[in-house]
Amino acid sequence: MAGGMKMYGKHRLPGRLFVVEGIDGSGKSTQLMLLQKWLESEGYVVYFSEWNSSPLVQDVTKRGKKKKMLTSMTFSLIHATDFANRTEHHIIPPLKAGAVVLADRYIYTAFARDVVRGVSPKWVRELYAFAVKPTITFYFRTPLDVAMKRILGGRDAIKYYEAGMDMGLSDDREESFRIFQGRIIEEYEKMVDEFGLVAIDATRSIEQQQLEVRKIVTEALTGTKKTRIRRWIDLDSLAKPSQI
Amino acid sequence: MDRFGFFGEALPDIDLEELKGRLIVLEGTDGVGRSTHIGLLKQWLENNGHAVLDTGMTRSALAGKRLKQAKEGHTLGGITMSLFYATDFADRLENEIIPALRAGFIVLTDRYIYSLMARAIVRGADPEWLREVYGFALKPDAIFYLRIKVDDLVTRVLQSTGFDYWESGMDLHMGEDMYESFVRYQKWLLAEFDKMVENYGFQIVDGSGAVEEVFEELRFRVERVVAQNGHRS
Repeated sequence: MAGGMKMYGKHRLPGRLFVVEGIDGSGKSTQLMLLQKWLESEGYVVYFSEWNSSPLVQDVTKRGKKKKMLTSMTFSLIHATDFANRTEHHIIPPLKAGAVVLADRYIYTAFARDVVRGVSPKWVRELYAFAVKPTITFYFRTPLDVAMKRILGGRDAIKYYEAGMDMGLSDDREESFRIFQGRIIEEYEKMVDEFGLVAIDATRSIEQQQLEVRKIVTEALTGTKKTRIRRWIDLDSLAKPSQI
Repeated sequence: MDRFGFFGEALPDIDLEELKGRLIVLEGTDGVGRSTHIGLLKQWLENNGHAVLDTGMTRSALAGKRLKQAKEGHTLGGITMSLFYATDFADRLENEIIPALRAGFIVLTDRYIYSLMARAIVRGADPEWLREVYGFALKPDAIFYLRIKVDDLVTRVLQSTGFDYWESGMDLHMGEDMYESFVRYQKWLLAEFDKMVENYGFQIVDGSGAVEEVFEELRFRVERVVAQNGHRS
C-alpha cells in the first residue's frame, strides 16, 4: 500500500485486465480458457489470476464453511480479504509489468452473491473500492434452466453455501440452488448498466461466443506488449544427438 | 431514544431494540494499560452484580488463530491485512458482542474499530474507505480513550516487556532501531487517535497516572454509563 491506496478506476497500469462473469454453468470458464490459448499463441504475456490464493485466508474460509460458522457479513468479509490478497499479489504486479491478466470471476460475483445474502449493496461496493477496474468485463448471460441443466449433468452434489442453504430458501438443495441462482441473475442484470458489463449471449455456440470475445479483446489490446521469445520451439530438434 | 445505532449500513438481521446491555470500549495505544483496567473493571462490575463479557482483538473463533499467523509471517499485503482484521472483528461482533448485549451483559472491549482503523491508516489505507468498511459496527455507549504521551509510554514499555516488533511498527521501516521506530510509529498512531476524538466522541482519560488514579476515573465514568437509562421505555 506504499504511496497510498488507489481506488476503483484510479489505477494507471500498463497491462490489461479481462474478466469473465456469470452464474455457474454459463460457460464462462471455457470461454476464458479459449481466450487464454489464443492470446498466448498471439505472443502476449498472459497471467491467469485465480480466486482463493492465500493459504491462510483460504483456511479460514474453508473452516468457516465446513463448520457453518459464517454469517452473511463474515462470508462477505472473508471473501473480500481473499480478493484483496489476489489484488495485491496476483493482479496489480502483473498489470504493472504490462501483462494481460485474465480473471475468472471478479468483484461483480461478490456484489451479486453478497447482496442476495442480505448485505447492503452500497456497503459491499465500498468494501471492494480498492479493486482495479477491468479493461473489459464479459457477462455470460444464461437462462437459469440452461445453466441448471449444465450443472446438474456435470456434478452429483451442489455444496451447502453454493446452493444458498444457509439462507433457508428451501430444504431441497436443488430447489434452493435454483432460487438462489435466479436471484444472482437479477443482480447481474442490474450491474450490466451500472458497471458497463459486456453481455454475451451464452446460449449461442461456443465458437460464436469466442469469436465475439476475441473481436472485442483485440480492440482493447492496442499498444499491449508482446514477448519477443519464440513460442513454438521444436523440442525434438533440441534433443537430437549432436554430430561429432 | 435509540441508544444503539450503526455508523453506516446496518448489519442484516439485527434488531437494535433487543440489545439491552452496555457496550463500553477502552481505546489507547500499546502498553497504555488497557488490559489491566479491563480486568479491574470487570472484577468491580461483577462484584456489583453485573454480568460482564470482556473481549479483545484477534480473538475470534473464525479467524483469530490464522490472523495471528498471518501477522507473524507478514506475507499478506496491507489491504488484505485490514480486511482480515475486519473479518475477525465482524465475527466477534456478531457472535460474541451482540449476543451478550442481547442477554443484558456489560461488554468491555479492549480496543474496537478505532485501533484497527488507526493501524491501517498508518500502513497506507484510505481513511474514508475504512470508515465505510467499518460502517457495520455498533456505536458503543462509551469510548474511553486512555491518552498518554510517547515519552511516558517509552518509560512504561521499558519497565515491562520492552520494545516489540509490531508495537514498534518495524514493518514500516521507519527508523534505524526499535527505539527510534517505536517513537515515530507511536507518535503517528497517537496523532490518528487524536483525530478521531471528536468524530467518534471519545472520552479522554489521562493514562499517564498511577493505576489507582486512572482506575478511579474510569470507575466513576463507567458507573454513569451503567446507571443511565437508555432503554426504549
